Amino acid sequence: MTRSVSIGLALALIAILIAVPWIGIPLPPLFGEPLRSPGSLSLLAVCFVFGALAVSYDLLFGYTGLLSFGHALYFAMGVYATAIALERWHWSLIPTLLFVVALCVVVPAIVGAICLRTHDVAFAMVTLAFAQAGSIVVLQNPFGLTGGEEGLPLSTQSLPAIFAGVANSRNLYWLALLLLIFTYAVARMLVGSRAGRVWQAIRENERRVATVGLNTYLFKLGAFVCSSVLASLAGIVYVFIEGGATSEITTANFTLALLVMVVLGGVGTLWGAVLGGMLYEYLDFRLVVLSSASGLQSLPPILRVPLSEPLFVLGVLFILLVLFVPGGLAGAFRRLSSLSTRTTTLTGGQ
Amino acid sequence: MSTIVLLVVTGLGLGALYFLVASGLSLIWGLMRVLNFAHGALFTVAAYAGWSIANTIPATDAARAWSIGLLGAVLGGAIAAFLLETVLIRPLYARPVGQVLVTVGAALAAVALVEAMYGDDPKQLVLPAWMSANTVIAGASIPNTRLLLIVVALAVLGLLLILLRKTRYGLIVRAGVENRAMVEALGINVHRAFTIVFTIGGAAAGLGGYLAGTYFGYIDPQRGTSMLIFAFIVVVVGRLGSMTGCAIAAAVVALVQQFLNFYAAAGVGDFSVVLLLALALLIRPRGAQTL
Repeated sequence: MTRSVSIGLALALIAILIAVPWIGIPLPPLFGEPLRSPGSLSLLAVCFVFGALAVSYDLLFGYTGLLSFGHALYFAMGVYATAIALERWHWSLIPTLLFVVALCVVVPAIVGAICLRTHDVAFAMVTLAFAQAGSIVVLQNPFGLTGGEEGLPLSTQSLPAIFAGVANSRNLYWLALLLLIFTYAVARMLVGSRAGRVWQAIRENERRVATVGLNTYLFKLGAFVCSSVLASLAGIVYVFIEGGATSEITTANFTLALLVMVVLGGVGTLWGAVLGGMLYEYLDFRLVVLSSASGLQSLPPILRVPLSEPLFVLGVLFILLVLFVPGGLAGAFRRLSSLSTRTTTLTGGQ
Repeated sequence: MSTIVLLVVTGLGLGALYFLVASGLSLIWGLMRVLNFAHGALFTVAAYAGWSIANTIPATDAARAWSIGLLGAVLGGAIAAFLLETVLIRPLYARPVGQVLVTVGAALAAVALVEAMYGDDPKQLVLPAWMSANTVIAGASIPNTRLLLIVVALAVLGLLLILLRKTRYGLIVRAGVENRAMVEALGINVHRAFTIVFTIGGAAAGLGGYLAGTYFGYIDPQRGTSMLIFAFIVVVVGRLGSMTGCAIAAAVVALVQQFLNFYAAAGVGDFSVVLLLALALLIRPRGAQTL
């Protein structure tokens, strides 16, 4: 595929996605309601947010080779900081956004500076511990800010008018789409930049990069902060879509879910990460609906009980992918397409 | 005074639980360089296995039900760990990150399966009468389960130390922690040692899972995951691969947590433990790198 063709395809895809709120086609097996209904639109919007989140994590894990188990912390920080500023402090939108972005640059810089003193598995453990600390803070509900286990729902007057209410779900859909396109574009730019090339070199062989005379610690910190900021941007959009913050996004399971998303799609490919994040959220949501569907009810309990738990299905799918399809969906696709090109060249040569 | 004694003993009881989970993690990491994310799931699965077995025995004979449940949990943990190692981890020895990922998937799937089968609600564990009673030590009335946990953890520590220092397999494991390539070069089957270490770690986690049920009075699907995170902290603070370091770190972490949760505010203790970890890494980052 040449460059201009792929750009054309991408633009066409974006145009279709922008037009979705006007499309009334029912897709019964995929979505319970027509595509333009508020339910389907908000499901798609959440899928876009998770696609963007997976891209931000792919920068860290896929491109720099840093296996962080604490990436959910920065997403949750974006979510909670926005919700607290809007709901508890009654700030207007612009100061809130400035505050959240500033916070989400400073905190990852400090946490990253500490965590990056360790390597490999110790790094994974330490980032997980920091994420757990964040989870503890949220659950303890300090000064009545986070709402503890109940979460922090936004009241209608705290939400910007264009995002409030079911009638505006198409605005939220476009916001999420914008977020996804923005995140993807920034990530693509970063990966192609000189810093991005150093990140990939660090992933391949950190010692060699250091030998060349580059300070790998600072480059890794840069990757850590960039991916964290992108994750918190996804968090800001998530607050508007969900209309508040829930404590679930701070748990260790959520941070592991991020890993599942990226590996599902294909580590080290941005579009794979988008696909993985969207597919994860979609399955997580739809499997619950499908498991109560009539077809599944007739299955014997030994099959029906595990299948009704989306995390079980996703966990098993994940294990199978790791064992048998190391490149994830993107890897499988690449292998298939290279297989088909090889066949065409073979038949063309005959 | 009596409050302090109570806090110390309760803290050590919690530390005993941390040790039971962390010792296996530490051994597995030390020998195999596998970060077993499914260790918390082993804890949970074994606890539920023990609970199910204990439930088949009439509640009138609580002591018998409890001990058979304990045995079931230990066996359940060992079998689950054995299967995990042989089926999922062994094919991936050439891909360390793949190993971590596979244990993550196993952890998610196993906990979800337990939730699907037993539900989210906590399950009450039947305890013999003497465990629900208290013993008075230095004016503090201490629940017997705390004392039981400390005794069991010390016994496990003793057994592990004997196993590591006095037996042939212990020798292989210690040599493998030191230099795996050299042990392999000498023609010793390290893979069998891997399976054994993994199974022992699973048995210890299973013991921990059932005893956590005894300590808290009930079992629930999410306990294993939160235990795992504190066990990670214990393992890093106590230097990976060292058994006594692991035991000391478990006690320190649990005591810090108990005292601060009591004297400062609930949650402060849990939070400070994470800060303790950051501190440990800042003081000796080199130590953490040799993990």
